[in-house]
Amino acid sequence: MPYDEALERFEPVLGLETHVELGTASKMFCACPTTFGAPPNTHVCPVCLALPGALPTANATAIESTIRIGLALNCSIAEWCRFARKNYFYPDMPKNYQISQYDEPLCFDGYLDVEVDGRTVRIEIERVHLEEDTGKSTHMGGATGRIHGADYSIVDYNRAGIPLVEIVTKPIPGTDRLAPEVARAYVTELREVMRSLGVSDVRMEEGSMRCDVNVSLMPRGASEWGTRTETKNVNSLRSVERSVRSEIERQAGILAAGGRIVQETRHFHEDTGTTTSGRSKEEAQDYRYFPEPDLVPIAPDFAWVAALKTALPELPRLKRKRLQQEWGVSGLDMEAMHNADAIDLVEATVSAGAPPADARKWWMGELARRANEAGVPLSALRITPDEIARVCAMVAGGALNDKLARQVLEGVLNGEGSPDDVVAARGLQIVNDEGELSAIIDQVLADNADAADKVRSGKIAAVGALVGGVMKASRGKADAGRARELILDKLGVSG
Amino acid sequence: MSAITRDEVAHLARLSRLALSDEELDHFAAQLDVIIGAVARVAEVAADDIPPSSHALPLTNVYRPDEVRPGLTPEAALSGAPAVEENRFRVPRILGEEA
Repeated sequence: MPYDEALERFEPVLGLETHVELGTASKMFCACPTTFGAPPNTHVCPVCLALPGALPTANATAIESTIRIGLALNCSIAEWCRFARKNYFYPDMPKNYQISQYDEPLCFDGYLDVEVDGRTVRIEIERVHLEEDTGKSTHMGGATGRIHGADYSIVDYNRAGIPLVEIVTKPIPGTDRLAPEVARAYVTELREVMRSLGVSDVRMEEGSMRCDVNVSLMPRGASEWGTRTETKNVNSLRSVERSVRSEIERQAGILAAGGRIVQETRHFHEDTGTTTSGRSKEEAQDYRYFPEPDLVPIAPDFAWVAALKTALPELPRLKRKRLQQEWGVSGLDMEAMHNADAIDLVEATVSAGAPPADARKWWMGELARRANEAGVPLSALRITPDEIARVCAMVAGGALNDKLARQVLEGVLNGEGSPDDVVAARGLQIVNDEGELSAIIDQVLADNADAADKVRSGKIAAVGALVGGVMKASRGKADAGRARELILDKLGVSG
Repeated sequence: MSAITRDEVAHLARLSRLALSDEELDHFAAQLDVIIGAVARVAEVAADDIPPSSHALPLTNVYRPDEVRPGLTPEAALSGAPAVEENRFRVPRILGEEA
């Protein structure tokens, strides 16, 4: 059913479970490294391979990072809690269980405020808990590379045991037609909180941040929520938004036709933007959780937690509010910079001495256009905030105009060196030599006698064509304002 | 009354992917019942002043510093594997579950 029609008849309720791999040097319960992309089974030891007799010990930094995440999300921190075994039969964990947390999460009852369409939406956080990541299975044989139809699987345990934080929201009603945007804004904000804390590199494309999206629908005016589905495999911010939209459309179609939603896991496909059915949850999972006997309880010292809270960095949303005031821009301009991932770049450019308006103009204009053309994020452009600030300074000092500045940026992006190098190599200085400018003007006046006569006879507006001629003749290097003054002088009229 | 039913033992066997015959189910159900009964006797001595415990040691906050130490080589790690392919553990077909 088309989205608009679906929203006329039904109200969506969202829920998001986000997994974040912590950026610790070593794994959660052993001293193996956690770096991404190593050859298979080179980051393994008796603990993460579950060899007999091996015992886990919790990583102090992972505990601290999880508490900091909880504090940044306005959570209460447990005074005492335990790890738990989640038992399941699957070869991605060699122990046949995952060490996780069950009814005693380290952090609980928080919230995260996000901005959507100019208004603030508060997302309630149910819990933040700590667990270990699983190994990576590759399914061999069969046509699809998927588990169904595969002949066998091969497993790499490098990822098994990397600290993984799971952040679970409470159900989010009331988002109405903005549900897809709210979901995306939440994951975006969460990613920035993680970045500001420095606890994870949060790269969705490498899987260090992963999202499961729950969606249910209820008829308008109903008070009881519908059956939800859980969509996995949602590995980009755009996919978060698309998967919510697609699942709303799919569920609305079924409900409107008198069908019923099956509570199940679904998989999102980037190529089609739709979800397909995975494991049915009708047969409830039986994980037989129990307290992990190999690890002692966590009882964070109250004073330590208070000190961690005091030492939290300025959180992204508050920082944006501050910068918005300092820069004197509108909320929507700020949201646009946020969505373009430009705020840190603009801030760094301002720190390097550029006026905020100029820094924003270049990053959100010329550079955003080029990044868009190349299909890369702004931060991937081969130009630094310092270089942008230098170009701004040259424009402010009269050495460049905007047109020349764009050529300088192009040169820097092409790897021709610093802005000063590009100016020197391409000869991009504004013509400040009055003699040279005067000679160019004389030539332009001679070539455009008609326009010159019009100006002489008082039609000052015609001077524009002459200034344009000077700019063209100087290949953009003339100072247009000064050229106008000189032309009017030479023609004996006062501007 | 038994502490664990034969149906519960059959359920656990299914979760553990153990194919137990009817005779084995009878046999293990009776054994497990005795084991659970023995463990349950702890409850008889638990007084109100003894808090429930999940660990033998009265410790909290035992951590290690976040430091990398060498583990196993891939050769050593894979040396006990029944089957290996592309330096990975090769496992039989996994049915009925999706990662």
